[in-house]
Amino acid sequence: MRGNGTRRTGSRGNQTATTGWLFTAPVLIILGVFLVLPVVMAAWVSVSDWTGRGSPFAVGTQFVGAKNFEAIVSGGGLAERDFGTALRNNLYYVVLVVPLQTMVSLFLAVMVNGRMLKGRGFFRTAFYFPSVTSTVAITVLWLFLFNATGAVNKFLSLLGVTGPNWFQEPTGVFHLLAQAVGIGSPPPAMESGTLLGVSWWDWLSGPSAAMSAFILMAIFTTSGTFMLLFIAALQNLQGELEEAAMLDGASSWQRFWYVTLPMLRPTLFTVITLGLIGTWQIFDQIYTGTQGGPAKTTITPAYLSFSTAFNNQQWGQGAAIAFILFAIIIVFTVIQRVLLRERDSVPRRKRMNPKPSRGRAL
Amino acid sequence: MWLAYVALISLAVVYIFPFLINLATSFKTEPDAASDPLSLFPATWSSLAYGKLFLNSDFPLWFGNSVVVTVFVTCGRVFFDLLAGYALARIPFRGRSVIFAGVVAVMAVPGVVLLIPKFLVINQLGLYDSYAGMIIPLMADAAGVFIMKNFFESIPASVEEQARIDGAGTFRTFWSVVLPMSMPAVMTIVILSFQGSWNELSHFIIAAQSPELITLTKGVAQLSSGQLSAGTQYPLKLAAAAIMTIPVAIVFFIFQKRIMNSTAGALKE
Repeated sequence: MRGNGTRRTGSRGNQTATTGWLFTAPVLIILGVFLVLPVVMAAWVSVSDWTGRGSPFAVGTQFVGAKNFEAIVSGGGLAERDFGTALRNNLYYVVLVVPLQTMVSLFLAVMVNGRMLKGRGFFRTAFYFPSVTSTVAITVLWLFLFNATGAVNKFLSLLGVTGPNWFQEPTGVFHLLAQAVGIGSPPPAMESGTLLGVSWWDWLSGPSAAMSAFILMAIFTTSGTFMLLFIAALQNLQGELEEAAMLDGASSWQRFWYVTLPMLRPTLFTVITLGLIGTWQIFDQIYTGTQGGPAKTTITPAYLSFSTAFNNQQWGQGAAIAFILFAIIIVFTVIQRVLLRERDSVPRRKRMNPKPSRGRAL
Repeated sequence: MWLAYVALISLAVVYIFPFLINLATSFKTEPDAASDPLSLFPATWSSLAYGKLFLNSDFPLWFGNSVVVTVFVTCGRVFFDLLAGYALARIPFRGRSVIFAGVVAVMAVPGVVLLIPKFLVINQLGLYDSYAGMIIPLMADAAGVFIMKNFFESIPASVEEQARIDGAGTFRTFWSVVLPMSMPAVMTIVILSFQGSWNELSHFIIAAQSPELITLTKGVAQLSSGQLSAGTQYPLKLAAAAIMTIPVAIVFFIFQKRIMNSTAGALKE
C-alpha cells in the first residue's frame, strides 16, 4: 500500500504489506463500519434533533447542542426521572452482583480444584452449563420459577416462608426491611430532596423483588465462566508456598487468605473488571422478561436507551443515554483499577505473603 | 472431606435442578405446570406444547433463521478472524501495530451502547431488515482476532520456511501448513462463534423487524413477554426454551474439554 512503485519492480516489503492489509481487510472493514462508524454517527445523533426519518445527516436535522443530555440529567421531566430510576436499579444490580458472583465463582473454583476430588469433571460441568445457555432461554425459565405460585415460592413455603410475587412486587427490599422495623413512611427531608428526579428515599429503596430475581439469575449464569478463570489461575500457582505455610502451622483458612488469595489478585482484577463491564450492560434479560416493570423497577440504562430510541422515537435522548452509560462503564473500570493498585502497594505484615510483582513497579 | 462433597452435591443440585424443571414442565399440561411447579415428573405426560410449537406456530421458521444466521456468521467470523490473526502475528508490514492497537481498543467498546448507532449504520447502508444486515456485522470479532494472534505467535516460524522455499505464497502457506496445525485453536473460535451467534439477541432486534426474519432468541423473547401469546402458557414457553438450548448443549457436551480450557471470549451477562 505504501509507496507508488510499480508492482513488477515492487520490493518484497511492498508485497508483504499488501498481503498484510488484504488479510486484515475484512475484519477492519466490518469493525470499522459496524463499530467505529456507528459511534461517530451516534455522537452526532446525541446532539441533534433527528426524528428517526431519513438520514441523520440530511438537511432537516438540526444541531441542538447538549439539549438531549440536559433533558436526561436536569430536565425535571419524565426523561430525567426515568434515567435516575434506571441508574438506581442498575446500581443495585452492580453492587450486589459483582461481589457475589466473584465470591461464588472463587468458592466454586477452590472447591472443584482439589486433586483428590472425585467427579471433578461432573461438578465443573454442572456449574458451567448455565453459562453456555442463552440468556433468553434462562429468562423464560426464571419467569416460570419465580412466578407467584412458581417453584421458588413453593420451595420457600416448604420452609414456612411466604415468597413475594417476584415479578409484580415493586417495593424495594430495603424499604420492606424498613417497614419491618416500623419505618413505614420516609422522613420528610428524604422525600423532598431529589437527585435526577428520584427522591433520596427512593434511591435507598434497594432492588425490587423482580430485580433481586435477576440478580440471582446473573450469579447463576456467570459464576461458571468466572470459576473457569479462577481454576486456570489456581492451577498456575506453585504449591511450594502453600506447603511452607502448612509447615508453619497455618490453618487452611489462613493459607487461603494469606497465601492463595494474594496470588490470585490478577485474576481477581480480571473477574471484577469483566463483572463491572457486564453488569452495566444488562439488557437481554429485561427485554425478554419484564420490559422494565413492575413500576419501572427493572429499567436499566441500556434498556432505557433502547426503548427511548426505538419505542418513543426520541433518538437523540436514546443516544445520549448510551453515551452516558459508556462513560459510566469507563469510569467504573478506571476506579476499580486505581483502587486495586493502591491496595497492592500497601505493605503487608505477614512475611509469608508473597508480593505480586506487578503492583510494586506501578 | 465428606462435608465438601455434601456442599458440592447440594450446589450441583441448585445449578442443575432449574434445567430439569424446565424439561419436565415442557411435558406437563398447563394446570399441572401451575399447580405442581416443583415436581420433575408430569402427572400426565403431554407433548402438546411441542406439537403446538412445531405445527401451529412460526417456531420452525425462527429455528431455520437461527440456523442460517449462525452458519453464515460462524463460517465468516472464523475465516476472517483467522486471516487477521495470522497477519497480525506473522506478516511483518507497516501499520500492523496500529491495526492491532485498534482491534484491542474496539474490544473495550461495550456492545449494548452500540444498539442505536448500529441500527443507524445498517439503515443507512440499506441493510435493514435483511439477512445481510443480521449477518455481516457479526462476521468479525475483535476478541477472536486477539485469541488467534496469540495462538499463531506460539507456533515456531520454522514450520513455514519449507513451504516458502517451495515457492508457496502467503495464503497457501497459511492455508496448507499453519491452519492444519492450528485445529485446536480454530475449534475454540468455531465454538465461541457458534455460541455467540446462536444466543445473540440485541443485534437481531435492531437489525430487522419482519416476521420472516425472526430468529429463535427474538421469537422466544417476544413469546415470553406476552406480545404473541395470551395467558401464561408455561409448558409452551419452556418447550421453546428447551429446544433452543439443545444445539448449544450438544456442542457443549461434545467439546466439553475444549470449552472448559478456553473461556476467554465466552462471557455473557
